[in-house]
Amino acid sequence: MTEATIYELSQPGRRGFKFPQLDVPLSAVPEEFAREEIHLPELSEQDVIRHFTNLSQLNYAIDSGFYPLGSCTMKYNPKINEVLARLPGFANTHPLQPIVSVQGNLYLMYQLQQWLQEISGFHRVSLSPAAGAHGEFVGALIIKKYHQVNQDTKRVKILIPDSAHGTNPATSSMSGFEVIALPSDARGNVDLEALKAECDDTLAGLMLTNPNTLGLFEENVVEVIQLVHNAGGLVYGDGANLNALLGMMRPGDVGFDIMHFNLHKTFSTPHGGGGPGSGPVGVSKALAEFLPSPIVTIIEEGNDDIPPFFGFYYPEQSIGRMKAFYGHFGVHIRAYTYIAMQGPEGLRDIAEKAVLNANYLMTKVKQDYYLPYDRSCMHEFVVEGVWDEIPDVHALDICKRLMDYGFHPPTNYFPLIVHEALMIEPTETESKQTLDAFAKAMAAIAKEAREDPTLLTKAPYTTPIGRCDEVKAARDLVLCCYIPE
Amino acid sequence: MFTPHTPQEIDEMLKVIGVDKIEDLFQSVPEKRRFPKLDIPAALTEMEVAAELNEIASANASTDDFISFLGAGAYDHYIPAAVDMLLRRGEFYTAYTPYQPEISQGTLQSIFEFQSLMTELTGMDVSNASHYDGATAAAEAANMAYHIFRGKRKKVLVSRAVNPQYRETIRAYMQGQEDVLVIGDEEESSFAEDTQKLIDKIDQDTAVVIVQYPDFFGRIIDYTKLVNIAHEFGALVTFIFNPTALGLLKPPGAFDADIAVGDGQPLGIPLSYGGPYLGIFTTKEKYIRKLAGRLVGETVDEKGNRAFVLTLTAREQHIRREKSTSNICSNQGLMALAATIYLSLLGKNGFKQVANLCYQKAHYAAEQIANLEGYDLAFKDTPFFHEFVIKTSKPVDQINLHLQNHWILGGYDLSQAYPELDHHILIAVTEKISKEDIDDFVAALEEVAHD
Repeated sequence: MTEATIYELSQPGRRGFKFPQLDVPLSAVPEEFAREEIHLPELSEQDVIRHFTNLSQLNYAIDSGFYPLGSCTMKYNPKINEVLARLPGFANTHPLQPIVSVQGNLYLMYQLQQWLQEISGFHRVSLSPAAGAHGEFVGALIIKKYHQVNQDTKRVKILIPDSAHGTNPATSSMSGFEVIALPSDARGNVDLEALKAECDDTLAGLMLTNPNTLGLFEENVVEVIQLVHNAGGLVYGDGANLNALLGMMRPGDVGFDIMHFNLHKTFSTPHGGGGPGSGPVGVSKALAEFLPSPIVTIIEEGNDDIPPFFGFYYPEQSIGRMKAFYGHFGVHIRAYTYIAMQGPEGLRDIAEKAVLNANYLMTKVKQDYYLPYDRSCMHEFVVEGVWDEIPDVHALDICKRLMDYGFHPPTNYFPLIVHEALMIEPTETESKQTLDAFAKAMAAIAKEAREDPTLLTKAPYTTPIGRCDEVKAARDLVLCCYIPE
Repeated sequence: MFTPHTPQEIDEMLKVIGVDKIEDLFQSVPEKRRFPKLDIPAALTEMEVAAELNEIASANASTDDFISFLGAGAYDHYIPAAVDMLLRRGEFYTAYTPYQPEISQGTLQSIFEFQSLMTELTGMDVSNASHYDGATAAAEAANMAYHIFRGKRKKVLVSRAVNPQYRETIRAYMQGQEDVLVIGDEEESSFAEDTQKLIDKIDQDTAVVIVQYPDFFGRIIDYTKLVNIAHEFGALVTFIFNPTALGLLKPPGAFDADIAVGDGQPLGIPLSYGGPYLGIFTTKEKYIRKLAGRLVGETVDEKGNRAFVLTLTAREQHIRREKSTSNICSNQGLMALAATIYLSLLGKNGFKQVANLCYQKAHYAAEQIANLEGYDLAFKDTPFFHEFVIKTSKPVDQINLHLQNHWILGGYDLSQAYPELDHHILIAVTEKISKEDIDDFVAALEEVAHD
């Protein structure tokens, strides 16, 4: 099942949209700058609607089925979030309007900052980062600036556990740090001896994901943070897996100095096929003045009759501006709506059910798949997608076969420390019936692997297209539609 | 609220796991810190939260209330209804990054079409799948240039006529590389000589020269000489473009730009108080392996059907880790889809038409305002697109306050970012503004001049 491209569908002279006629006298466009031709497709409105509707139907999405993609927290995206983010009073405000005319926006952002602070235990939050990796970048630059301000410039290295997301080391090198990988111990925790060996006066900080990418809570978290602090380093928390901690533990309370939130994971804002995300950053009191600018604040306190007056604040030692304007406001509205509908009990319920679902599914799946770190998990777990006695079947084959059973595959080949990893995160919004059906499919696939391995290595059979030639894609490099001149 | 578990199911699940209660699953969390009490308001129902958010939104005044002449990096264009109707399809907005091509062809093909539209728009060879916004795309351009020269060239030259927030973002992004100098935008004399001054600073140590087209003041500058001289010194040139302008103006590729970036917000994305927007990033084919972000390529499936996949992924952070050019992971997928739908709908004729409407209306407005006593068109001899600068006799904040009383959102007060441009206002005009709106605006300006 394939769909023609917009250029293939184009018919010369066809139109999909008309603007009103020009109502002012004509001015000439300077010839030396005038563009001769622009080859855009020519389609009717119906052509466009059908094309993108057809394309959408080639996608798998949360709205169509179970999406247990580890570390991505593919929970249900409530529909009211979408409606409210589109209210004209929000959607049609210009970022440079006078602040007196956008007090609603500023109130909402201020309130969201406060809630994220309360949920995480951090002193102050900036909403400006655009995504998780952007938040990490902010965090690493704060670590850098903190040591610079303290004239402690020999601190050049950042420690990153070998289970970390690839963004952590990429962020550190973008921020001018040297990256040292820390091994994990047999229980999936940071190896304390290896950590101690690196705790010297060149240590700038540690980036720690907790729960880690094995879905395990870092059992020595307090000691790990203590060791880094004693050596003069800062601890960055990668908040990708915060879903398991809502109402369970506040990262700021156990000593994390900085953390980013993924509003598009923990707080139900949609992933959009790869964005927009939103990656607010929280910091301890000592680091508040380093946050990227601007931050929403109360400029004039209110009283019983007059609400407070909100405006922007530019922290004194700020790392600077990390993007235009104030962050992904449209995403902030969705996260605000979500938190408002949860309350404290609802937030704790999210973590409880996410962890309940993961442990339930893990118990079932480990009957047929090897679980290398066999202890109670948090929001996700990682099994091996390979069996010694069936060398031809790999994690990838299991993933492809799952599509035939109507499921989105788990994250695969990550984390790197598990051989042929399958990383499964069910999230709290899935029912027992869905989990049972998935577990049943996993068991059936394990059986198929033993009885007829080629059934897996040639899968999927029921999807719009089959397995793709990725080598050809990289070798021939066709990155644009053929555009007729 | 969105958890479906019944009490009976919870019991059954706990039994399978082998624990008595859910709390037992959190034993590894330090006991002293376990189960903090959160001081946030009690849960609202959907009805209540809808009422609350409507009330919060009504504390704003929007461009539905104002006639807006405010631009400076975000533009109030009309968005055809079909754009949002398609964006609301759950199959698009509740999908993740298309890592599994067999069940993600919708997202993959639409990114492929986005890449095609962006290269056509800019006249460049390749486009990635997007960055966060125009400012971060500009910063990534500086970062990519730094990597192309393997850190050996230390200078990033930026024109002072580049959006001030973009310049701040470039500086913030590059601060990790301590030996890099971001310079060229220091306050000197008049902006008329800005391009020549920038040219004079290009040398062997220059990695990239960053200019804006049209520039922050709306001016259309001929960068031919600047590009030639930069290339003679082996340096790259980045154009920051406004996509709407490229419906009418020669694209960056025609100037032999090495990198062209811009904010795609004018292409069907609401103002939404500054985000989410769309960072467009295009470059020459020879730099593709240093390009950050995702790329979609065409291939075939095992049956020979055309198919699309993420390609050259070995450049990216999840594989190259600390050796990748950038850490970018999530980008602006849904916003790129909005731009793709918008351009498909407007097509060749509609897009040229909207660019022309902006140009013509802006020129009519500029002429009418310049005729008023107390207002002069700054940069008289330089052509402009849909934004222009007016020198005013009254302070800009006083003018804007007066305009607000007429429900007109005035222009951007340039003295905020340019101390040398006190009494200068930047005015933007889009296709949404009618002749009547302009005439009302002009009348209000005349009024305030005589106050």
